[in-house]
Amino acid sequence: MSTNIVFLLFCAVLVGLGGVAFVLSRAKASRVRASGTLMHAQPDQYGWFAVLTTAGPALLVSALGAFALLLLGAEIPVLYLLAAGLIIAALGLVLGLKQVRPDFHARRAIESVIRKLLAAAATISILTTLGILISIVGEAISFFQLHSFWDFVTGTTWNPGASFLSAAGRGDEGGSAAQFGSVPLFAGTFMITLIAMLVAIPFGLGAAIYMVEFAPLTVRKAAKPVLEVLAGIPTVVYGVFAALTVAPLVVDIAGLFGLDASYSNALAPGLVMGIMIIPFISSLSDDVINSVPSSLREGALALGITKGEMVRNVVVPAAAPGIISASLLAVSRALGETMIVVMAAGMRPNLTANPLEDMTTVTVSIVAALTGDQEFGSAQTLSAFALGLVLFIVTLTLNIVSVIMIRRFREKYRVNNL
Amino acid sequence: MSQSFEEISAQLKKRHRRSARMKWLTMGALILSAAFLVVFISDMVVRGWPAFQQAQIQVDVTYNEQSKEIPLAAVSEEFRPLVSRGFFRILPLRMEDNPALMGTTKTQWVIADSPVDQYLKGNKNELSSSQRNVVDKLVKQGRAELKFNTTFFTTGDSKMPELAGIAAAAIGTMMTMLVTMAVCFPIGVMTAVYLEEFAPDNKLTQIIEININNLAAVPSILFGLLGLAIYISFFGVPRSSPLVGGLTLALMTLPVIIISTRAALRSVPDSIRHAAFGVGCSRWQVVRDHVLPVSLPGILTGSIIGLAQAMGETAPLIIVGMVAFIPEASMTLTDASTVMPAQIFTWASQPEAAFAEKTAGGILVLLAVLIFLNALAVWLRNKFERRW
Repeated sequence: MSTNIVFLLFCAVLVGLGGVAFVLSRAKASRVRASGTLMHAQPDQYGWFAVLTTAGPALLVSALGAFALLLLGAEIPVLYLLAAGLIIAALGLVLGLKQVRPDFHARRAIESVIRKLLAAAATISILTTLGILISIVGEAISFFQLHSFWDFVTGTTWNPGASFLSAAGRGDEGGSAAQFGSVPLFAGTFMITLIAMLVAIPFGLGAAIYMVEFAPLTVRKAAKPVLEVLAGIPTVVYGVFAALTVAPLVVDIAGLFGLDASYSNALAPGLVMGIMIIPFISSLSDDVINSVPSSLREGALALGITKGEMVRNVVVPAAAPGIISASLLAVSRALGETMIVVMAAGMRPNLTANPLEDMTTVTVSIVAALTGDQEFGSAQTLSAFALGLVLFIVTLTLNIVSVIMIRRFREKYRVNNL
Repeated sequence: MSQSFEEISAQLKKRHRRSARMKWLTMGALILSAAFLVVFISDMVVRGWPAFQQAQIQVDVTYNEQSKEIPLAAVSEEFRPLVSRGFFRILPLRMEDNPALMGTTKTQWVIADSPVDQYLKGNKNELSSSQRNVVDKLVKQGRAELKFNTTFFTTGDSKMPELAGIAAAAIGTMMTMLVTMAVCFPIGVMTAVYLEEFAPDNKLTQIIEININNLAAVPSILFGLLGLAIYISFFGVPRSSPLVGGLTLALMTLPVIIISTRAALRSVPDSIRHAAFGVGCSRWQVVRDHVLPVSLPGILTGSIIGLAQAMGETAPLIIVGMVAFIPEASMTLTDASTVMPAQIFTWASQPEAAFAEKTAGGILVLLAVLIFLNALAVWLRNKFERRW
């Protein structure tokens, strides 16, 4: 608690010093200007520059110190660190005051500091990607040191549950050794994604075509928000819907045909995921179809073909690269979707082509591996990172291919809003 | 190949029919998508509505030394199994807080046990037939009824469905979103301003741009892996805390805010910038005094949509351990906490029917908040958006 108070005190003193710096340098600048000397900047700008020289280095030093303290475990007492920060702030104040000279470009100096700050903010997104890569790749490598890569790629048995036995030195007692063959997981993921796409692409594309080509303006205006609401529903809610409503329905309907369906069948999460992706595909395809130049449509209609023929033979082929790109993005979303499958699909790795059986997916296994009471370094935990790595590579590839497709479309028709 | 007029007109009719069929088919796709939304919402309302009601029964509660020792003794044997266990648990505490109660007997409404609640709502329940008779009798006397469930909005999670509530999760969501927005709003807007207004067109800028688009398409669960490996294992941020959850979601929301802010900045016409440069503003002055104020509604709209998206996100939070059993809300950033979607997830995995009801009730609350946020964003856009 006391560190909190010290920290608050530090902030208060810093703000106070900044205020003093601003007032003093502005007053000084005003005095200089009042004496008739021409200056390069306004008094306010000198004031702000002094604030920057006061607070900037002090904050930087304390942040670096805190970083060293927390991460590198350096022995710097917090009080000394903050005191050093305040001393630097005071020095900065003096420096800022000295800089109030007619030939100093205060505005330009502020400008360059701000530009650097903004650039630093922009690099954070790169750091994020690097962070994802480093965290996933690092742990995945430690996983592949424990288990062979080849078994991971080609093995057909996923049984991480036994790994804690071997970790406890009881690997050969009771039960089999842990196995990390990821084929059934990818088969399950593929199956559920396929079902989702069979729902999402026809419906999403159909809705987009109707809205752009056929619908009156009022319908279009009413339908867009509806689809947006559909897109804004959290995935956990879709998951509940899939598990509580759709899965029993699928079992009942399968029962009517004399088929035996599991309550955690792959069909229910697939269908619901498809519904979730409809607005995604429809809004992307909507943009693409909208930016097919109307000269193409008019030319086609002038030749006397019907509207339906125009859509099928002119608009859709022209928009095809964009539509394919939208579908690829949708596939990548379906592959990475977690909550629906965690709640509605099974936990049992199952290599089957029957969507009425339960099967599990990559994301489910990641969640299962990380929510148990496992140590961070155990093979089961690390396997989640290996799966995550594969997921990352696949979605990244899909994304890059889709960007290339959309760029081709954009260059073909010279549209810039995509 | 000459065709007769009849042949051609028949063919034309066929072609028009096909065109019309296409129109109806695509319209059907749209209608079915909309119909799904209706089915979905009504399903949730039907399931979740009962969660807002809770059975209460009126019983005589005896406050004396004996019932302080053995709380169960406070209620007569006939009604004892019908009263919530939670009521007995807090009874001694209540007597300590309020000594004036000692030695009195009060007739008061108390929260009924979950099976009574389910029985009154007409669901399957574990009441024995004699208990059912007692409840029926109470209902006839007007001493048992379904009342508005204030507990649901004031408490945290509980193992007893009649005492479980969404409040702790709502507070957790608030704290998490506070962290998320405090981190990603400034960074996102600064990045967008840099890329749109300041950045030179070089390789680095292009890399940043491609990178942001890729980040937007990375599955959310991978951000959870990042949070686990970097924040928790490396930096030692406490697991399950709003701090780690908020930071994880901040990275996930960052691309959304950057992309929408860039779109907002891009829609400001260059003439405004040129005019400001013309009277001698520096680049930062142009941005601060002219471009940002004009594009603020667009930036806020994008941020609210990003916030709503982060609020509904569950997968990365499961990975960083925010699916925790939290009976009481804490207002700190470093204590274990849960969020609304995670609470829904926890309830959904409970087998009791009473929790299924809570799940749907929680969903209704979450959806109400999200729809409110989205409506706010749309309202902002319509009210302040300027077309140039």
